[in-house]
Parts: sequence; structure tokens; C-alpha cells
Amino acid sequence: MAHARLTPRQYLILGLVSLCAPLGDTCLSRGMTGFPDITLAHSATLFTVVFTPWIALGIALLIVFFASYLTALSWADLTFVLPATAFGNVIVALFARFFLHETISLERWAGIVLITVGVGFVAHGPSLTVRPAIQPETLVEAANTHKEQAG
Amino acid sequence: MMIPSPSPQPGFWAATAMIAAIILTSTAGEVLTAAAMKSIGDLDEIRARSGLKGAFRAVFTCPLFFAGVSFLALAFFSLLFALNHMNLSLVAPASASLTLVTNAIAGKIFLKENVDRRRWASAMLVCVGVYLLAH
Repeated sequence: MAHARLTPRQYLILGLVSLCAPLGDTCLSRGMTGFPDITLAHSATLFTVVFTPWIALGIALLIVFFASYLTALSWADLTFVLPATAFGNVIVALFARFFLHETISLERWAGIVLITVGVGFVAHGPSLTVRPAIQPETLVEAANTHKEQAG
Repeated sequence: MMIPSPSPQPGFWAATAMIAAIILTSTAGEVLTAAAMKSIGDLDEIRARSGLKGAFRAVFTCPLFFAGVSFLALAFFSLLFALNHMNLSLVAPASASLTLVTNAIAGKIFLKENVDRRRWASAMLVCVGVYLLAH
């Protein structure tokens, strides 16, 4: 079913998509900086790092993100969902500014404005590409053509 | 606890190859996953009709979903590999912003999505915005 406008529950799902991805990535980054360089020759080490606390927390957040992301993709286009995921970066930056009292440079404020305008652009449009349904007359015509060819 | 400082950053081509690997694998994964979810149908409706088990069954019996997840897993390990060699402030904006553009192109070509001017504009604005925010 095509949803031209989203329900509050669907906005909640998009909110989870937005928030869990950047938080998960931050945890992964925090976890990976604690390890010495991993070379291609020892790439199997990558499998062992998934059991460390920061990486495990990052993976847990990314699992929540993925479940919400799959649900969103079942009722919206990929090109609609993806800008929404980027909005999480804005939430994290604003969180850092107002709760952690970090300084946000002019460049970052410009980034926040651009992402917000971009997400606002796409959110005002339809969430799903509506494809025309096959008309019954078309099916009858196709069946007749098939019969003629068979005969 | 001390956070060890990362070792010297890799050269231009090595950095480009690592970021390109993330972009290509994650674009392939996202397009395949989106195609899988479209073929399955609205998960909310499936869950209302056949419960959570039915929704899980619908997802986990779709071959396209596993193809998508395989590429996303490759993208994940490419990201871990890149984060081990480069700073998050380079890897995150470069891969996230460029993936938005490649996904818009792939969505139009492979998923036949209606990527109108509004969506192109949105993809470009968010792409530049992510770069500025995370750089």
C-alpha cells in the first residue's frame, strides 16, 4: 500500500533510523581507535574485535537501526529513507551543542541547515513511487493476443 | 583511559580505495535490500496479518535480502578497516555523503524510483551538509 503521508508511528521508525546509525558509528569509531593497525594480511582480527564492549554496543545500536531501516524500506522509497538517516547527524550535533556544551563551528551550522532543508524537501514529497496498476482490459487484450498466437 | 592516537594517515590512493570500497559495497547492499523489502511488501501490514513470526518469515525467506545483507556486511568490515587506518572525520563524511549520491543514481536505474528534482536537490543538499557537518 502506498503511503503519500506518513503516520506518527512511521515517523517514529524514521527517528530510530536517524538516531541509531550515527550513535552506532560513533561507538565503532571509539572502539576501533583503541586497536593497533590491522593489515590485510591479518584481516581475520576484524572478527575478534566485535566482542569488545564499544564495538558490541555499536553493533547493538546498528541492529536497532537495521530493523527500523528494513521496516521503513517496506513502505517508502530508498531515496526517501536515506536523507532521513542523515538527519541523525544533525541530532547528534545539536545534542553535543546543547547538552555537552561543545562549540559548533560556522561550517557545521551550515551543514546542519543544509541537511535540515534537504530532509524537509524530501519529506514534503510522496514517500513511495506509485506505479500504475495493470488495468483488467490490458490483461484481456494480452490473453486474446496469446490465444491468437497459439491458434 | 588513554585513547591511543592513530598511526600516520594512508596516502591519497589508499584512502580513495578504502572509501570507494565502502561506497560500492554499501550502495549494492542498500539497493538489494530495498529491492527485497519492496518485493516482500509493507512489514506493518504483514505483522498485523500474520504476527511478528510472519514478518520474520517473510524477510528471512527472501534471497534478495541475504544478497543485500552480504554486501552490507562487506561494507561494515570495509568501514572497520578504514576506521582503523583513517580518522572518523574523514571516513564518515566522505563515505556517507557520496553514498547518498550513488544511492540516488542506483535507485533511479535499478529500483525505477521516481527520483524527481525535489529528491535530487535533497540528495545534493544532504550530501554537502553531511560533508560540512562531519568534516
